[in-house]
Amino acid sequence: MASHVVAATAEFPPGTRRVIEIDGRAVVVFNVKGEYFALLDKCPHNGGSLAAGVVTGLLQSAEPGCYSYAREGEIIRCPWHGWEFDIKTGRSFCSVIRARARAFPVHIEPGQTIVEGPYRAETVPVRVEDDYVVVDA
Amino acid sequence: MQRPADIVDCDIHPAVRSMADLEPWLERRWIEHYKTYGALRQTHYVSGAPYHKSQPNASRRDAYPPEGGPQGSSPAFLSSHHLDANGITVGVLNPLVQSQGVRNLGHSAALCRAINHWQAEIWVAREPRLRASIVVPYEDPDVSADEIRHWAGDRRFVQVLLLSRSSSLPGNKRYWPIYQAAAEAGLPVGIHAFGNSGWPVSNVGWPSFYLEEMVGHAQTSQSGLVSLVLEGVFERWPTLKVVLVESGFTWAPSLLWRLDKAFDTLRSEVPHLKLRPSEYIRRNVWWTSQPMDEPENRRFLADMFDWLGWDRLLFSSDYPHWDFDDPTRVIMFPASEEQRQAFFAGNARAVYAL
Repeated sequence: MASHVVAATAEFPPGTRRVIEIDGRAVVVFNVKGEYFALLDKCPHNGGSLAAGVVTGLLQSAEPGCYSYAREGEIIRCPWHGWEFDIKTGRSFCSVIRARARAFPVHIEPGQTIVEGPYRAETVPVRVEDDYVVVDA
Repeated sequence: MQRPADIVDCDIHPAVRSMADLEPWLERRWIEHYKTYGALRQTHYVSGAPYHKSQPNASRRDAYPPEGGPQGSSPAFLSSHHLDANGITVGVLNPLVQSQGVRNLGHSAALCRAINHWQAEIWVAREPRLRASIVVPYEDPDVSADEIRHWAGDRRFVQVLLLSRSSSLPGNKRYWPIYQAAAEAGLPVGIHAFGNSGWPVSNVGWPSFYLEEMVGHAQTSQSGLVSLVLEGVFERWPTLKVVLVESGFTWAPSLLWRLDKAFDTLRSEVPHLKLRPSEYIRRNVWWTSQPMDEPENRRFLADMFDWLGWDRLLFSSDYPHWDFDDPTRVIMFPASEEQRQAFFAGNARAVYAL
């Protein structure tokens, strides 16, 4: 394992991203509100470059008519098919309500508001060393 | 999956940087007309697509050419970013540049002619891997037939392009001049999803969501296919080839079963048909693969291929659109070398005489 310097922290502000190549593989590093995270720059669904995606939040709905955003700035949306991944963990989401239908009476159980999706983007460890963002891979 | 050696991509979308790109082949009358009045669609009150897209220009965000302009507007970048990167040996262009659904039929015809020149001179002339489609103003079928005859024999063009949402069902007699001309020229007719007919994608009105349009193309395509068969288009032009583009295909086996069953008891209504509907379809119709369905168990797709026939399906990527299919991620289930070769290249080479 070798350490790869991504950028000086002063030149890598929150909300931005950098792409570096490590052993022939592209890795995208994100600054999320002052914390750094890295993902393999290849969407696990069909291989799109996550670096070209939009950083967004998760739009959720506890019930029809109620909408809220969560995790703003922590979600990357693939530029191809729009799969969404948690930048911190690489987990994919399909933001649906887990509702359990029963015969009678019918009601919606709040349950988990976010259901994990089928894909997981590969994460890469990142650390800050002497004011430089460093990826160990 | 390892990338096949020969890949024919049957659905690539070149874009104009702006409509000014077409001006070299437009009379001043139409250049001024466009600047003054625009290009009204058959769809009321809408100057663009009826549904806003989920990505800019309905295209991959990583597909912007480095020199600027929308995705798909740079021949050089399309060659490197798609043909080279994905190992495409032949690519069929299907321009969805506004033209076919334009309500002013004279304007529609002028735009189609200009788009055909633009494909031939800007795209195919510079990139030997590309082939063009003859874009026709299909709501004026006689003029469309003239457009087909104008380019017939020019091997830069490998098909006639229609859109699935025409103002009448595609088997309707008023479109027959198009099929006559295509059959004479030996050119397949590609019917691509979308269109600006004025009709909603659903037959029960306008849906609320783009997502409904995305899945609704399958219904439109089924209605169109049934119309082509039952109106006797394939009885009149037995050699006519129709390629249904970007409308899905997993609906087709059940449609064929249902159509044959109903036909067997109702055939006296359509005595002009000499074959069962599925026999015409398996003789005259092909489907492109993108957007490939993704069942949880991908092996279910192998059944679909078997039921429809491995000779019926053509690989397509839809580059640069956002729902692009990567050729190495399409056949995610066991298939023989022969089946893969047919799907990725052999079928298309036969259909398009490549």
